[in-house]
Amino acid sequence: MNKIVLVFSFFIFMDASAFAQSTKKIVTAPKTKAASTLDLPASLKRGKTLYASYCLTCHQADGGGVPNLNPPLIQTSYVTGGKEPLIKIILNGFTSHVDIDAESYSNNMPPFEWLKDQQIADILTYIRNNFGNKESALMKTEVQKVRSSLKK
Amino acid sequence: MLRFSFRTIVLLLVILGCSTFYAFTSQTKNKNTFLSSLHDNAGLKLPSGFSAVKIIDSSARIRHLVVTTQGIIYVKLARPKDGKGILILHEDSHGKATITGGFGNYGGTGIFLKNGYLYASSNEEIFRYKLNEKYEVINPDDPEKIVTGLKAGRQHETKSIVLDNDGNIYVNIGSPLNSCQEEDRKPGSMGIKGCPLLDSAGGIWQFRADKLNQTYKDGIRYATGLRNVVGLDWNQQNNSLFVMQHGRDQLHDLFPEMFTEKESSLLPAECMYMIQKGDNAGFPFIYYDQIQHKKILAPEYGGNGKTEGSKQYIDPVVAFPGHMAPNGLLFYTGNMFPVKYKNGAFVAFHGSWNRAPENQAGYFVAFVPFKNGKPSGDWEIFADGFAGVDVVKSPRQAQHRPCGLAQGADGSLYVTDDAKGTIYKIIYHP
Repeated sequence: MNKIVLVFSFFIFMDASAFAQSTKKIVTAPKTKAASTLDLPASLKRGKTLYASYCLTCHQADGGGVPNLNPPLIQTSYVTGGKEPLIKIILNGFTSHVDIDAESYSNNMPPFEWLKDQQIADILTYIRNNFGNKESALMKTEVQKVRSSLKK
Repeated sequence: MLRFSFRTIVLLLVILGCSTFYAFTSQTKNKNTFLSSLHDNAGLKLPSGFSAVKIIDSSARIRHLVVTTQGIIYVKLARPKDGKGILILHEDSHGKATITGGFGNYGGTGIFLKNGYLYASSNEEIFRYKLNEKYEVINPDDPEKIVTGLKAGRQHETKSIVLDNDGNIYVNIGSPLNSCQEEDRKPGSMGIKGCPLLDSAGGIWQFRADKLNQTYKDGIRYATGLRNVVGLDWNQQNNSLFVMQHGRDQLHDLFPEMFTEKESSLLPAECMYMIQKGDNAGFPFIYYDQIQHKKILAPEYGGNGKTEGSKQYIDPVVAFPGHMAPNGLLFYTGNMFPVKYKNGAFVAFHGSWNRAPENQAGYFVAFVPFKNGKPSGDWEIFADGFAGVDVVKSPRQAQHRPCGLAQGADGSLYVTDDAKGTIYKIIYHP
């Protein structure tokens, strides 16, 4: 029963943060500039190619990952949740001993900080709009912002 | 706020529903397992004269196992289930097993039976439990701690174990890195000079099987240059340790200018090594190329896929195609199977992930004939069909994944699956 409560509260937490985020998005991201610079089909196309080059081996063609080794990207809280933690995973890699959605994964993910901001935005936009995910796209400027915050 | 409450309620209902449904179906399933299995060899393809049954579908992540002469089976779970990391199973005369208990609140892979003790490992320690004459554990909550403080990286963290006939226990300590790059798994990142992690990982360590609280300083680095070993066994014919190495990943991803995706899906070999004290198998400086039949200098250490590495490293005794993930090794000493199988090696291949975008491979149990402690012929697939699908593009598609092997008192072969927690029993009855 403890487990159920834990899982339950985890989803409440995730929901709350998603809710908070969507509110924030409306307030802080006016559509004007952002929308004009985003060509979604082009970004998705570039993202698909980049995914095949840098992500596919570990996360697999269907985004399902590898049980116990590489986490799935299908409706994973990290993928559907906030953009900033997701951008940080690409920039810093992932080597933490933490469970992801109550499962553990052991392979190290290297940092991909050498990819350009636009490439990272394309990959994440692709991931967030494939494998059963339907989340907002990512802008180059959002990656840029997180990258510069890490340098401080 | 509507979205908030609706989604959480649905999730809660799904969770509750699943657990109730699971409790119901797992009971019904167990009853029907034996009968339905008989008709189709539990879905396996086997050589003529062999049959297979599923003795249990447990849904636990069963790694290695031991089978006693008294119908008790002990299985080690990757993660504890309801606080139990070792499950006790009783097998009846109809080939059906029931979980009758459990103990040990730690996950892991290694479990081994020798001289009246059950040995089991977490990812950092090794314990042993005294058995009575019925092979029952006397003090399940009070094991003796044999070894402690072993390094466990995020990767290759499991500790497989085996004992020899002279009171020693051997444990794999896997490399925490794929190939000892300065930045693990980063494209183009070069190897750390000398790969210092080999002082405490990337090899097999030997400890005394009866001495308590041993740490690194009490053990011997028995063999080094082994990236990660999950399947290992003691060959009674030539009194030697044999191990199956998991070869390094991602040659193409890390060095795309040197290796095509196709080459990277096949290389390097999954190697079986016969190990003598002091041996060095060469990880991370070389890898074995089963197509060129050569030890090749690793790209992280200046190689290009062709330049040969140092001759000082041992050669494998069998080189299987890459990435198939050998998780179980067993030398067959039973009398049930035909004479061809006597003293030969069974290898359980968990199945690859690192071949994408090519099709995956493995997901079977292979056999290598042996004579006097040496392979006497080519390897072959012994039991196939665990995946339940013709083509595995991604490991998640595989229904079952072979992991541990054990021999029953009557000479039958047991194979575990850590995806669905199934245990297969393979018998010969021409």
